[in-house]
Amino acid sequence: MSNVLRPYLAAVRSTLTAALTLEDFSSQVVERHNKPEVEVGASKEVLLNPLIISRNENERVLIEPSINSIRLSIKIKQADEIERILCHKFTRFMMQRAENFVVLRRKPVKVGIQPSPGVLRFIDPRVAQGYDISFLITNNHTDTMLKHKIVDFIIQFMEEVDKEISEMKLSLNARARVVAESYLTAFNV
Amino acid sequence: MAPPEVFSLSQQTPVTCHAFNADRTQVAVSLNSNEVLIYAREGNDWRVIDTLTEHDKPVTSIDWAPRSNRIVTSAQDRNAYVWQQSPDPQTGHMVWKPTLVLLRINRAATYVRWSPNEDKFAVASGARAIAICSFDPEGDWWVSRLLKKPIRSTVLSVDWHPNNVLLAAGSADMKARVFSAYIKDVDKKPAPSVWGEKLPFNTICGEYASPSGGWVHGVAFSPSGDVLAFASHDSSVTIVYPGGPAVYTIKMSILPLVTLTWTTEESVIAAGHDCQPLVFSGNQGGWELVGSLDDPQSNKSSGGARSGFAGASPVGRLNSAAFNTFRNAAERGISNVPGSPTASSSTESELFTVHQNTITSVRPYDGVPGNITRVSTSGVDGKLVVWDVSAVTPIGATGLAGKLGKMQLR
Repeated sequence: MSNVLRPYLAAVRSTLTAALTLEDFSSQVVERHNKPEVEVGASKEVLLNPLIISRNENERVLIEPSINSIRLSIKIKQADEIERILCHKFTRFMMQRAENFVVLRRKPVKVGIQPSPGVLRFIDPRVAQGYDISFLITNNHTDTMLKHKIVDFIIQFMEEVDKEISEMKLSLNARARVVAESYLTAFNV
Repeated sequence: MAPPEVFSLSQQTPVTCHAFNADRTQVAVSLNSNEVLIYAREGNDWRVIDTLTEHDKPVTSIDWAPRSNRIVTSAQDRNAYVWQQSPDPQTGHMVWKPTLVLLRINRAATYVRWSPNEDKFAVASGARAIAICSFDPEGDWWVSRLLKKPIRSTVLSVDWHPNNVLLAAGSADMKARVFSAYIKDVDKKPAPSVWGEKLPFNTICGEYASPSGGWVHGVAFSPSGDVLAFASHDSSVTIVYPGGPAVYTIKMSILPLVTLTWTTEESVIAAGHDCQPLVFSGNQGGWELVGSLDDPQSNKSSGGARSGFAGASPVGRLNSAAFNTFRNAAERGISNVPGSPTASSSTESELFTVHQNTITSVRPYDGVPGNITRVSTSGVDGKLVVWDVSAVTPIGATGLAGKLGKMQLR
């Protein structure tokens, strides 16, 4: 792991550890319901300030904590068109199987922060573009799983996903070269 | 320094709350379900002797009145029940019978506590109200009066003043408040105290904001009732002297504390997401964090050989070493296979503290109010632990936050 990545992941790790202090909290709005407050957003006082940890303009993490759930969204590095396609296919594959990953959300958060109209113009349009993949961790997850293992899982995912996509890109290029060569040999009389 | 007694009541499910009976031979717990289980102590083990089923949503809080031997339970289904033991007409065995409480709240009941005289109880709720319930012999049920103003959000905890009238409440609107819960038919006129002299129902005797705007998770009156302590989500504990008037705030760099209890007039035990009970002490001159009841260093070396731990078997579950290994590997991603990159030893996946997850409740276990010698804690990891309050270890950066902060990144 490069030394540049280390402080970024350390920041995500400590933020996530502090944010994962969840408790059971039943809805104040609807009778007999109990749902993740970060998704409902109906009671403002049980939401905490969302936080963006940004490595550079292409890679960042948004953490939105609340009293019984947190939402973590990741913008994965996409340098060119191929990486963009690969990243899209990869995250789509995962999100279609979201229930197997337990904490994965079926859709990524599009615009994490929803500022009032007056504030919107101060926000970098790239930030408002949204995220590639989101996780939703509720108090039921922290009750049944070890908290530091959930944090480890997220961090490991962030490490692996970049590696995975660059490997796929390499093998895609290699494959494209082989295909092109074998195609062109047909004309090489 | 006696080591803590550790009982594993469940392997996977959290213990939502616990309440002991007067002589500590039985404990009522809820394992994150709609049932209340009553365990009886057998040597170093606990056995289920009774199940109270009346709620249909997860039980949030239990309290057991020591003198009148009544249990009150609250749940997310907006109801509370008072349970009383009476002989069964057919068999003659003693069974727990529920009595309905007319709560008049329309959101989850979150917390319940008997008053010191056991003639009233307070039910906190998500309906931005606290119901003060007293018994109505004519209707043979419990009727309530609501404390509403000025609560703005879910009430997370309550605690009674020893004079049976005043009530402290901590809520998710970042405030701790002291109310008068005076009920004319039940209470005699209270003597004037530092909180005020004339105390009709719903008098606000004090309102204190948490220092950095965190939800107030736990409140507690000191044994004399003249001091209030509360723990909030901004990782702080605040001690309020209304007579002073002085407010002391202890800010910490650990994960938030959620529950606290006084042991003497000058010391408080608080616990929460950091998985260990912390001891605070002080007086009107100032307050400080003294240490922890948990000793992570000794736990690390002795491991599972601590007393009480080996003897306590999980109730009704398989508990062989091989079974545990496979279950951990399957459900928690913990592998103890030598040479695996994730965990070279079990200590890496286990915390060094006795509790392996958030402590949700700390309550007095042994001693008289003002001189508590032992406290009991229960937590999300399914453990019930009894601690000797004199066994204080000076604090180090060994909590969950410390461990995660220092953990090597791969």
